[in-house]
Amino acid sequence: MEVPILKQGDFLIATVQAALTDEDLLHFRTALIHKVVLCRSRGVIVDVTSLDVMDSFASRTLREIAQMIRLRGAETVIVGIQPEVAFAMVQLGLTLEDVATALDLEEGLAHLQQKSESTA
Amino acid sequence: MENEIQVPINSDQDIVAARQKGRSLAAALGFSSGDATLIATAISELARNIITYAKSGEIRLTVINGSARQGIQLVARDQGPGIPDVQQALRDGFSTSGSLGLGLPGVKRLVDEFEIASVENRGTTVTAKKWKR
Repeated sequence: MEVPILKQGDFLIATVQAALTDEDLLHFRTALIHKVVLCRSRGVIVDVTSLDVMDSFASRTLREIAQMIRLRGAETVIVGIQPEVAFAMVQLGLTLEDVATALDLEEGLAHLQQKSESTA
Repeated sequence: MENEIQVPINSDQDIVAARQKGRSLAAALGFSSGDATLIATAISELARNIITYAKSGEIRLTVINGSARQGIQLVARDQGPGIPDVQQALRDGFSTSGSLGLGLPGVKRLVDEFEIASVENRGTTVTAKKWKR
């Protein structure tokens, strides 16, 4: 299952549309970093609204993606973590540490715009 | 509705298949969507441990009847290297595979009952139960 990555101005929007295997997640990580470099993106949104399970591997991979993108000088926002998923993550002891999160795509974009204005 | 589902765990695709089966079983039994998510997440972690440490094994999901309520029993079984010190593996922050080390204590918090039986070089069986509220 490939995750589509769309370019929107200075930003990229990646929407996870179905359950991802570990291998899918690693492919996604490579494809996203590649596209950040290619498009010289300033910010990335990863929309996980349709993910019904976020286990330790998925959380770790998302955190790594955000860290790599930060090293490129861009910001990542994870949007749309479902309340049940958030509850399970906390019970499991998983955090996204210092990765930005937002309620939905709109708020994620607002966050990125604010960030890029403050650094411009 | 089947009362017992067996899912062989041999690859990362099987992890996704197992948790999806767990979620549909939980939904069919009338578990809340939140509890179904906890069950699916627990299955995902247990199946991943099988792949990481034992390469292959199986997850068995069984409908269980308590005195006044129904539940789901998850049994994750492998013939892998086993866990030398189960008590240590149940402490937060312990890991031998360089992973987060949150596997077993985390899974324990997702379910109502949790047991591990492990014999070195023979394998590990984790049994977890979640009751319907």
